[in-house]
Amino acid sequence: MSQTQAKSSRPLSPHLEIYKPIPTMVASIMHRITGVALYFGMFLFSWWLFAAATDAAYFDWVNGLFASLLGRVVLLGFTWALVHHMLGGIKHLVQDTGRAMEKRFTTKIAKLHFAASIALTILIWIAAYAVR
Amino acid sequence: MSMRTPLGKVRGLGSAKEGTEHFWRQRLTAVANIPLLFGLWLVISLVGAPYGEVRATLASPLVAIFIALFSISVLYHMRLGMQVVIEDYVHGELRKIVLIMLNTFFVFFSGALVAFAVFKLAFGG
Repeated sequence: MSQTQAKSSRPLSPHLEIYKPIPTMVASIMHRITGVALYFGMFLFSWWLFAAATDAAYFDWVNGLFASLLGRVVLLGFTWALVHHMLGGIKHLVQDTGRAMEKRFTTKIAKLHFAASIALTILIWIAAYAVR
Repeated sequence: MSMRTPLGKVRGLGSAKEGTEHFWRQRLTAVANIPLLFGLWLVISLVGAPYGEVRATLASPLVAIFIALFSISVLYHMRLGMQVVIEDYVHGELRKIVLIMLNTFFVFFSGALVAFAVFKLAFGG
């Protein structure tokens, strides 16, 4: 009992809100947020795929939702989230080997990361629309 | 009977008793997920397309195999990732265990939808 009480009144270390946002920190936070968004986005993909395996009427309804303006905005957001999360992941894989850890360099990479994720998202959409 | 000493059995396993397995599998599936950009491109190009065309594309062997492979990797990766998020932010032991279970159920349910769809599209004719 006394243990539980001691635990609940223990002070917590300061969290995100007290720090000034810096590029590496924002990239890190976005990595987690995009990860969680992709988690639920994958369910949308499963649903779309499932609909394709059922019948034409149901698929047309689901596909229509995906092709609507809102659907396309969500898909665009999903694309950016995936690209951003993937680039962040590749950065992590490189840093796992002990490389690219210098402070100046990580800040540059974090800024480049955002630019690259937006550019790659646009490229994927152009490539996808080009084949239609 | 194991010939290993008690110390040898626990060395490197850490407080979660599973060593670097979680970390390693996160990285392994991360690498496996990289070709996913192709899948994303595929979905964007098929959204809004006629049913027959979507079906024909998804039923082609290479696409079906690709979807099956990346789905396994993605689902495993997202289960590991969500587990870390839950462990970071949910502090009540019971709530944490329930959410980690729900995480697994959610992933398996998504996986069941994908498995049904891939098999039916590929083999259903």
